[in-house]
Amino acid sequence: MEYKNVLSTCIYCGTGCGLFLEVLDGKVVGTLPVKGHPISEGKLCVKGWNAHSFIYHPDRLTTPLIRDRKGGELREATWDEALDLVASRLNGIKAEFGPDAIAFLSSAKCTNEENYLLNKLARAAVGTNNIDHCARL
Amino acid sequence: MERLDLLRDAVKNLLDSGQVDGVLALRAAWPESAPHLFRPGDDVSNLVLWPKYQLPKILDLLLTANPEARLGMVTRGCEERGLIELAKHNQVDLAHVTQIGLACTAEERDLCRCAWPYPSRIDVGDKVDGIADALVADHEKLSPEERTAFWKQQFARCIKCYACRTACPQCFCETCVLEDNLWVQSAALGTPFPAYHLIRAYHTVAKCVGCTECERACPADIPLTVLYTLLRRDAEETLGYVPGRSVDELPPLVVELAGDRGG
Repeated sequence: MEYKNVLSTCIYCGTGCGLFLEVLDGKVVGTLPVKGHPISEGKLCVKGWNAHSFIYHPDRLTTPLIRDRKGGELREATWDEALDLVASRLNGIKAEFGPDAIAFLSSAKCTNEENYLLNKLARAAVGTNNIDHCARL
Repeated sequence: MERLDLLRDAVKNLLDSGQVDGVLALRAAWPESAPHLFRPGDDVSNLVLWPKYQLPKILDLLLTANPEARLGMVTRGCEERGLIELAKHNQVDLAHVTQIGLACTAEERDLCRCAWPYPSRIDVGDKVDGIADALVADHEKLSPEERTAFWKQQFARCIKCYACRTACPQCFCETCVLEDNLWVQSAALGTPFPAYHLIRAYHTVAKCVGCTECERACPADIPLTVLYTLLRRDAEETLGYVPGRSVDELPPLVVELAGDRGG
């Protein structure tokens, strides 16, 4: 039997609370607050306490899904196919309506570096300032 | 030898004895400590003492997943009492647990405002006497109206995170009444006063051993221990029962209610 705790950071908002993922025999089974953590000081909110619960959830998306026609069923796709589709549709919208017809929503679940890259994609690649945070949805 | 070295030796000896599959204790982790199962052959030089976690709850988790396992555990006074209550409620089989009793220091006792900072058998550390909780004494000076106002003010800060429930080793129900819309509406901010906290408080009676994990986990710093200490005292006065004192004393609220005897 193996039981250990792996240090991580809560992904639900930008506060950055420290949490331990409890790993039992190779499977994540729970979350504990990190006592003495400089930000969260051993506390978590209800989302942090349940941060592990989506990992093996049957509803979790594990592959890109594409809906080929409006009202149609979602089907599994590869990342290449999904990204090609998104890129071609965004290019099409930009060509027809201009770059400000497109907006990007970033996330506290991402790292600073990932948010920086999305900012670059929006402003430099697509050419719009329409970028905001998912919490303002 | 230092207390920490003695504890590491005790854990290593138990692991080397072949009697257990592992020993649940605390391991150094950034920034301080994390619960960890040390296994035979593991290096115990990174075993640490503080800050404590809700180890009885974790032992319950480990034994539920591996009912045949034989585990050791470093147990402070509150943790031994917590294990005893879990055993009496059929959550943990003590025949599968070897305890290494650890006495708390005066400093640790003061951090928990603990009245009983040592286990029944001390393997490591020196016994220090418990202290009366000064916050409880302050609370006693209040009139009933002032107490209501005090708790109303305290509970108004509650962010409904359920940490007091989730951190509690004695909260093991598969279905929690605090998730029942009848008492606590889901997807609504704030907790109903006083339903949420008083339901939880009454559910700790004759089970709460004063480990303070609820209070330590509370993001709003609500002094929950004060409430539970007062209820623990009421249970002792009215039922003669002290949670975790003895594995042989039957938990009164499970076995019988006054007037039900022989019914």
